[in-house]
Amino acid sequence: MPDNPSGIALKFEHVTVSFNDKPALEDVSFEVPAGDTRILFGAAGSGKTVLLKTALGLQRPSAGRVSVFGQDISDMQEEQLFQVRGKIGMLFQESALFDSMTIEDNVAYPLLNQRSNRCSPEEVEKRVVDALRFVELERTLDKFPSELSGGMRRRVGVARAVVTDPPLVLFDSPTAGLDPVTAQTIIKLIVKQRDVKHTTTLLVTHRYQNGNLLANFHYEPRTDSLEPNRNGFHAAGHTKFLGFEEGRLIFEGGQPELEASRNPYIAKFVMHNG
Amino acid sequence: MLDFLKEPFLAIQDFYILAGAALRNVFRRPHYSDDIFIQMDRIGVGSLPIVILTGFFSGAVLALQMARALAQYGQVGRTGQVVAITLVRELGPVLTSLLVAGRNSSGIASELGSMKVTEQIDAMRALGTDPIQKLVTPRMIATAVVLPLLTIIADFIGMFGGFVIAKYVLNLEGSQYWATVWQSLERNDVTQGLLKPFVFSFAISLVGCYYGLRTTGGTQGVGRATTQAVVMASVLIFILTFFVTKIFVSQANT
Repeated sequence: MPDNPSGIALKFEHVTVSFNDKPALEDVSFEVPAGDTRILFGAAGSGKTVLLKTALGLQRPSAGRVSVFGQDISDMQEEQLFQVRGKIGMLFQESALFDSMTIEDNVAYPLLNQRSNRCSPEEVEKRVVDALRFVELERTLDKFPSELSGGMRRRVGVARAVVTDPPLVLFDSPTAGLDPVTAQTIIKLIVKQRDVKHTTTLLVTHRYQNGNLLANFHYEPRTDSLEPNRNGFHAAGHTKFLGFEEGRLIFEGGQPELEASRNPYIAKFVMHNG
Repeated sequence: MLDFLKEPFLAIQDFYILAGAALRNVFRRPHYSDDIFIQMDRIGVGSLPIVILTGFFSGAVLALQMARALAQYGQVGRTGQVVAITLVRELGPVLTSLLVAGRNSSGIASELGSMKVTEQIDAMRALGTDPIQKLVTPRMIATAVVLPLLTIIADFIGMFGGFVIAKYVLNLEGSQYWATVWQSLERNDVTQGLLKPFVFSFAISLVGCYYGLRTTGGTQGVGRATTQAVVMASVLIFILTFFVTKIFVSQANT
């Protein structure tokens, strides 16, 4: 990317985000090289969602700097942020589909409204169908979100997040509240998106299993399934885990370090789900 | 010591920021004209039956009540005049606006509140749209256009309600009733009768949007936002009608 010589997709430098003087994120620093995966874990209310919203510029940091593809977004006006957000896809916690719009309009929304992603009506139609085919829901075009099940809505959310082919995708608890089979389907879609389009991926999750799948499996197009990584393929070094406790980043490292950690808070996350 | 004042002042500041942004957006692209028409249909056409019903009965009640007072002076024949002036200057705008506040401030607050708590507002921003431009400005424009029109309809229906009472209960001549109605109305009456709903429309739409967009705390928060919006919009209508009336009365006296 020409405007990002450093190759860093997302960078937080001593970021604090406060609400009514109470910090939701406190002095958080980390960076994600382009193409890497980060799994964010921690108890409810530990600041994971706030972090994703700060990366999108939906929350302004009270202190510190946030850079997306080399651009400092900390003090940007909303108008300028729209440009940056065009490069980021986001799946919100409960999908956040627009109730008043059909599935087709929901998925087409970023293509029609994000200035940097605008395209012709024929192109919009094609890309919407492609994105819905990606999540295997191309027959639901005319339906409304309320007519779909929770898992299907989440898949439409994935389609809307990736329809613009963004180089950075943020997933906020994509499997929360879903049965294991549906959860597995969603994770497969996330890994598929990551491996087919080579996107930088941030995933907030409570399930250690999800992190494990992202760290150790890759998408195999021939069988349309997830297969374990072999030596050299999608090296585990590209996937790191970030642990949060009460707004502070308390752990950053790969899966071996995570599993070896003696911190009871982290161990609980690994054991509880293991 | 004055900490308790902080919250209301911050709320007023936030409201002015929202109102300023919504008004500024009227002159900025993109314009969501589809949304304006949808809202005009919901707020205007949707409120029509209830506005017609209440308009008719308020005119009828006004005629009944006033006839009794006027009878003491032997002026029952002037019922039309009293009905027309009261309706056009005050009751038409205020009653119509209160109905629309109850119906649409609450509707707007609950719709936007639900969107807020389900992160749809955040999603809208993430996907390249300014929620004020897309949600607030169309509602504000739509209410500003339809509320004066609804008031005109309510005024006419109210006068018709007064006519029914005048003719069939008070046994007045229909032509006498309508003649006193037309003769009594002056430009000042009509101007304030149309200015009031225009001013109230901003209170109704912006208060609804304001409480909707600051909703927190799940479905319970949506309920709270809805109630607050109706109460605040209604109170504002009474405060604003006082000031507008004061200006027009002072003008008429000079």
